[in-house]
Amino acid sequence: MIMMDESAELSVSITQIVQRLKGTHLHSQLEKQAKECLHKPEIKLETLKDDVRRFLKASGWERKLQNAVYRELHILPPPGHPRAPPEHTKEPLAYMRKAQVNWEKRILKSLNSMCTELGIPLARKRPVPEQKELTNKWNEMGTDEPDLSKFRPVYAPKDFLEVLVGLKNPNNERSEDLTVRSHWGLIQVSLNVRDIPQMREMYPELGITYGQLGIDDHTHVPPDLFESEHIHIGKKVESEQDSAAAQQYSRQGCPTGLRAQLWSLILNTSNDPEDITHYEQLKARVIHHDLLVDNLIYKDVKLTASNDDYYFVFEDYLYQVLLCFSRDTAVLEHFNYNCATPPKSCIQSKSGSEQCAVVYPPNGVIPFHGFSMYVAPLCFLYNEPSKLYSVFREMYIRYFFRLHSISSHPSGIVSLCLQFERLLQTHLPQLFYHLREIGAQPLRIAFKWIVRAFSGYLSTDQLLLLWDRILGYDSLEIVAVLAAAVFAFRSENLMEVTSLASAEAVLADLSTLKVMPLLQIFLFATSV
Amino acid sequence: MSAKAVSCTIKSAVALQIGDAVSDSSRPGVYITDITLAEPVNIQEISFKNYYSAYLTVRLQRREDSSAKWVTCLRNYCLMSNPHAEAGSHDYFSIHRHQMLTEPDNVTTVRLILRQPSSEWLNFSIEEISIYPCAKEDLERDVPAWLSTLTPVEEPLDLNGLPDPETVSSSIQQMWALTEIMQASQTAASIGRFDVEGSYDVKLLSYT
Repeated sequence: MIMMDESAELSVSITQIVQRLKGTHLHSQLEKQAKECLHKPEIKLETLKDDVRRFLKASGWERKLQNAVYRELHILPPPGHPRAPPEHTKEPLAYMRKAQVNWEKRILKSLNSMCTELGIPLARKRPVPEQKELTNKWNEMGTDEPDLSKFRPVYAPKDFLEVLVGLKNPNNERSEDLTVRSHWGLIQVSLNVRDIPQMREMYPELGITYGQLGIDDHTHVPPDLFESEHIHIGKKVESEQDSAAAQQYSRQGCPTGLRAQLWSLILNTSNDPEDITHYEQLKARVIHHDLLVDNLIYKDVKLTASNDDYYFVFEDYLYQVLLCFSRDTAVLEHFNYNCATPPKSCIQSKSGSEQCAVVYPPNGVIPFHGFSMYVAPLCFLYNEPSKLYSVFREMYIRYFFRLHSISSHPSGIVSLCLQFERLLQTHLPQLFYHLREIGAQPLRIAFKWIVRAFSGYLSTDQLLLLWDRILGYDSLEIVAVLAAAVFAFRSENLMEVTSLASAEAVLADLSTLKVMPLLQIFLFATSV
Repeated sequence: MSAKAVSCTIKSAVALQIGDAVSDSSRPGVYITDITLAEPVNIQEISFKNYYSAYLTVRLQRREDSSAKWVTCLRNYCLMSNPHAEAGSHDYFSIHRHQMLTEPDNVTTVRLILRQPSSEWLNFSIEEISIYPCAKEDLERDVPAWLSTLTPVEEPLDLNGLPDPETVSSSIQQMWALTEIMQASQTAASIGRFDVEGSYDVKLLSYT
């Protein structure tokens, strides 16, 4: 009888996925293919269904459908109890929902006051001469030097950290003294986070007995030991166009020459005419309407990516992606499983005196300081703006959004911070105690790394190796583990510092770190 | 379940503690809640919303002939996999008939025993409790006597290697329901416009 419940849940999932795939470009392509193959001699009327199915399988269309279903499974909201309201399915803990609502209110107030102070509307239609000018300048928006001094970022990661530190469960006993029960760290909520023995089971492919790109492709290691074979397998996976296999493969790293295709396969993004048209439509929207958040994006790129040795060359690409991203209403879908709510406004409709509710910005995401760093590393992989755009959008709606919304999800920022602190407390207790005593709570230093998934802090090749594993394991947990591993690596120097400033100086430059050896040592060589 | 919940009286929870409840500083780890039902019910499902309870034991008082007997129908059912962590603390649960150790028929009282061994939490309880009866019983009662004599008593079918008609009909019903949903529903593809009749002059954001 238990089986019946599982199959009932399964049929609900199947119905949801079918409903989502119906009407997509893939659906019409499959129908077209099925119709066209009827002319082929091997399709017989008596065995029509089987023959068509066999044809679709042999021509690779079944694989495309499999990849599409696999992608839908990634973003399917978790199954909820029939009595549970939708906000409960997205985030069961009431006090976290409340904290998210309050945080959003603060952001709205900040944006509204900036808008009122500067006398600039949140959105307006561009006059035609301005539209023409922007169309001409589209590929070199970086040469523009607008006056951005009046604009300030809506919030920075450290503001968000203060909100997370203030998260308290009203049903939790929290006395003010440092007792056995109180937490040493900044995060005061008790979420289930994995410890090292559990992670060894979750991430076996990172173990010492498995080959890794990032370790076993070092110049001193002969390539026949691991690298050549791994590249050979990678080429096979890419030619098979199998999304699930690519995800599994990525756990041991993607070769530089195959990474772009493999990531695109894992995320199931394509560069069909349909995707290019969609991107061109977004570009047209950028030309027609000017948004206040555009200035925030300009400012963010100028402050972060343009100042970075690795990424300043991609400045123009970043504008081309982020300005379009703000106008993409397809992103609103991710609010089905994100407990955040998109900001809204009322505007007058032209015809009547009705007030219509609209979402602002159209994609519902307000960029914060450092947001452009989510896109910057991808510029190394994709040089066509529409392809770059599809990959970034998919990565955002699968992973990055969890880094700046309050939830109890295992890949959410709260769990990641708590996991970082717990790992340090368990395995480097002396270091944690010492840093706490000198007023240098480790999370205050590591938070900015975690929020950006280390973008802009590691060297690019190392960052891409890390993001290989985020995709491979479909989880951001590895980011928290790396943060703890970095502290473990520099623990000797950190034990000697006597102030927060000197602790930050020890950890200021991560550009020489090699990510995979650090992770491997921390996960598999730490004694438990 | 589309069936309506039976009306019941939920008594306030009683804590089980060693020592004096008033002067003792430690908090109870066990609460007991009794639910009395207006008339004996055959239970199909008990559903509730958890609030930080870790384990649930359910005992039923059944009316058998003239006596009332207590039986355990669920023992230490885990609601929170880690009692110290938040997972499962606010979740909705359903206990179905088939998950129970004994048949929940002719039940007059339901006793819920809640356990929370962790000292992390100040309070724990169970909320929004609903008890759903078995549906079939009501239909049988509504059919008048003269109607039941018209339909002859069915003889057991000689299946001869064919699948059981019950399972076939239920799986066909499921597939039919699926096709109905798929035909009736609109596609999920969105139109994608964010403006209202070409204008998108946003002045201020609204606080809802």
